[in-house]
Amino acid sequence: MTGFDYVISIGGAAGQGIATPGNILARLFARRGVHMYAYNAYQSIIRGGHSFLTVRCSDREIRTHGDVIDLMICLNQDTMNRHLEHLGPGTSVIYNSDTIEPGEAAEGVQLCPMPVGELAGKGANKLMQNTVAISVACQLIGIEFSALEDVLDFQFSAKGEELVAANVDVARMAYDHSAANFQPAAQQAPEPSAPLAVWAGNQAFAMAAAAAGVKFYCAYPMSPSTGILHWMAANARELGIMVRQVEDEISVICMTVGAAHAGCRSMCATSGGGFALMTEGVGEAGMMEVPIVIVNVQRAGPSTGVPTKTEQGDLWQVLGASQGDFPKLILAPSSPLDAFQTIPEVFNLADKYQLPAIIISDLLISDETSTINPELLDLHPVIDRGELITEAGDEADNYERYKFTDSGISPRALPGIPGYEHVVASDEHMPSGVLISDEFTHPHKRRAMMEKRQRKMDGLLADLPPPAIVGNPDAEVTLVAWGSTAGVIQEAIEQLAAAGVVANHLHFKWIVPFHADEAVELLSSCKRTILIENNYSGLFHRYLRGETGFTVDGHIRKYDGEPFKPHHIVAAVQEQLDGDETLSVPYEEIIV
Amino acid sequence: MTETNTTLTLKAKDFKGKVDPDWCPGCGDFGVLSGLQRAVAELGIQPHEILAISGIGCSSNLPGFFKSYGMHTLHGRSLPHASGAKLANHEMTVIATGGDGDGYGIGGNHFTHTARRNLNILYMVMDNQIYGLTTGQISPTSELGMKTKSTPHGSVELPINPIASAITNGATWVARGYTGNIKQLVSLIKAGIEHNGFAILDVFSPCVTFNKVNTYQFFKPRVQPLEDIEHDSSDWKQAMEKAMVWGDVIHTGVFFQNHSRLTLEEQEPVLDEGGPLAYRELGLDGEQTERIVSRMM
Repeated sequence: MTGFDYVISIGGAAGQGIATPGNILARLFARRGVHMYAYNAYQSIIRGGHSFLTVRCSDREIRTHGDVIDLMICLNQDTMNRHLEHLGPGTSVIYNSDTIEPGEAAEGVQLCPMPVGELAGKGANKLMQNTVAISVACQLIGIEFSALEDVLDFQFSAKGEELVAANVDVARMAYDHSAANFQPAAQQAPEPSAPLAVWAGNQAFAMAAAAAGVKFYCAYPMSPSTGILHWMAANARELGIMVRQVEDEISVICMTVGAAHAGCRSMCATSGGGFALMTEGVGEAGMMEVPIVIVNVQRAGPSTGVPTKTEQGDLWQVLGASQGDFPKLILAPSSPLDAFQTIPEVFNLADKYQLPAIIISDLLISDETSTINPELLDLHPVIDRGELITEAGDEADNYERYKFTDSGISPRALPGIPGYEHVVASDEHMPSGVLISDEFTHPHKRRAMMEKRQRKMDGLLADLPPPAIVGNPDAEVTLVAWGSTAGVIQEAIEQLAAAGVVANHLHFKWIVPFHADEAVELLSSCKRTILIENNYSGLFHRYLRGETGFTVDGHIRKYDGEPFKPHHIVAAVQEQLDGDETLSVPYEEIIV
Repeated sequence: MTETNTTLTLKAKDFKGKVDPDWCPGCGDFGVLSGLQRAVAELGIQPHEILAISGIGCSSNLPGFFKSYGMHTLHGRSLPHASGAKLANHEMTVIATGGDGDGYGIGGNHFTHTARRNLNILYMVMDNQIYGLTTGQISPTSELGMKTKSTPHGSVELPINPIASAITNGATWVARGYTGNIKQLVSLIKAGIEHNGFAILDVFSPCVTFNKVNTYQFFKPRVQPLEDIEHDSSDWKQAMEKAMVWGDVIHTGVFFQNHSRLTLEEQEPVLDEGGPLAYRELGLDGEQTERIVSRMM
């Protein structure tokens, strides 16, 4: 690969301010028009532990944090001890020489000791070492000091001019010290081009919902979904969105259904544990035919699991959420941008078919920070609320909430309109809404209502795009996957091509309802299929086999909490092409 | 929202639902339903202006027997549905109903937190101190020693005190009614609807089939309306004192009311202008989107 592609890792304990240099770097690159993707490996701890933030920057769009580290910033000794071994020739290590002992570096690794006390002055804030490190990093990759100065001003101006000046002074000294003492990196940052925006994955979900007209958002804090709540709360008043944090996820889903029934576009988000509490409400929305959107941001399970680690382990929980058999929409976007562009359509489909829509995300998508071309941020999507009655008309007094129709869709009257009074119930009901569960459980009426509801799935499936293969149709191997792995698979395919292996990509986003016929046709046309997923037992493969009867040739799975890196997939594909192996479980090199 | 051009004067019978109640003959819930129908008729509220929201249980079937918009939700979950609906359309009269098991047992967490939120909702609990629809097991308000199918040797768990709990949790209007005193019940329902804030009305609604202890005969000599004695319902201490009385005398009426606390709706600027959220135009304007994107640069 040619061009600029540079990976900076920052290691330290929680509480050492690792986020600040991360944010500074992100903004620095974004303003320069350099693409950036950041992945933070961290633990569920407020102070201590070991956090390892990887910021990859490139002159092209990137969807993974990559395979290597070019520059490591050690904020503590632990980082030096853990990760120095991962650095090869041509890389650099920046550390505070007052407090950190260098380790045994491989040949060609440049050690960049920084006398932080001498530069910042005795008794300076401990966080000054972060500014020192960022400044050295900028100098090494050829970012001019004025660009750093601008971002330091942006970062610290809210806390006062004095702090800005102190940071700029220290940064200046560090920059000069670096220029005088260290070799610049072989890769130098490109010249500035049109600036990019920076967003976090969860922000994409929240922004898309706001653009789609969500008026009610409700949540209970749960990592890694909380970023959606934070964005919603910060923007609620300006955008006219009712945002509530409530007592538990049961209340969350019930308030969401209540608000949606009353007429608001309503959304809630959680992680697997919270989703488990919500499940009864999912079926209720199905039964009452109330459109709601739920985001389940998966983290490593089961149970409390590993709250700060990623996994695609909740598929069957989402598939099986709630008792009974009812229409629902389930999808798994592949990136923040995909989520952003798809969510307005999800709201439209939920409204059109009056059912719960569940969006499966995971920590990898929701927690990432990356650059995005601001021109792609269309905040005025098409809003279509379907067959909604919002004012009195001819049907008044003969209105049937669950009227039998060919499409299964019954026009929905919002509470408050004279003449359309009706009761929606979690019990089975007749077209009028009157229950058939208590006094007479009439089998014919029950059957007719079941069929009315389920007919909606036919229309919904027809509205969803069928799956498609991306890449060379004659590839010798097809990488099959779903959800957050799309980005890393795309990069692995490029690396495979460089190694002489032609691979293409079949990625599933729409999960329920499922285009089974089209999937079978595509899968049957492939020479060899390998299914990649971030879980132990091949949850998506089991679903795919159930829907299509198709069994793939091989599997690549990872369930250690860390996401795939491109070389994991490349090595596994080669291993399977070269030998008899049908299940590869890549080894994670970075231990945090 | 479309409004009727003329406000019709309705009678209690105009609030009759699509089907007749299927409660056991003699069930206290009949009194609560007819009390509610009379109360809303007397207040001049129209059926389309009301959202009646219940959980699951005998008493939670009430919305089906009452003419208004309604939601018959999940067991224990009337209050969060009612809260979401109220925030989505704060111009509607939202009445949550259910039983003691539904509200104080499985829904206990919501009971606590809805009270402190102070949304403008009336919550009517038909309290029969038993699980009726599941054919007779103890409920959170069953008395100590109560023998039921699930406690053949008698309950050893202290009953919850809904009145005292509601007061300490922050409800701004707390009352108790009795289906044997319809006149008082109607006036309590009216006052509860008119109260601007979270109003809880616990109603003794005897289960004639499964509770052979807390019967009409049990309550009749015991109930004492607070309006008949000296009671200052604005005084928190007096209210708690009266709430703790349970024995030969059991008080009914308004225990506590606080008219000074703002409701959640009043404290939420999102609701200040533009009418109910449910009926507002969707989508962002150019200024809003510009600000969102500029903060990301």
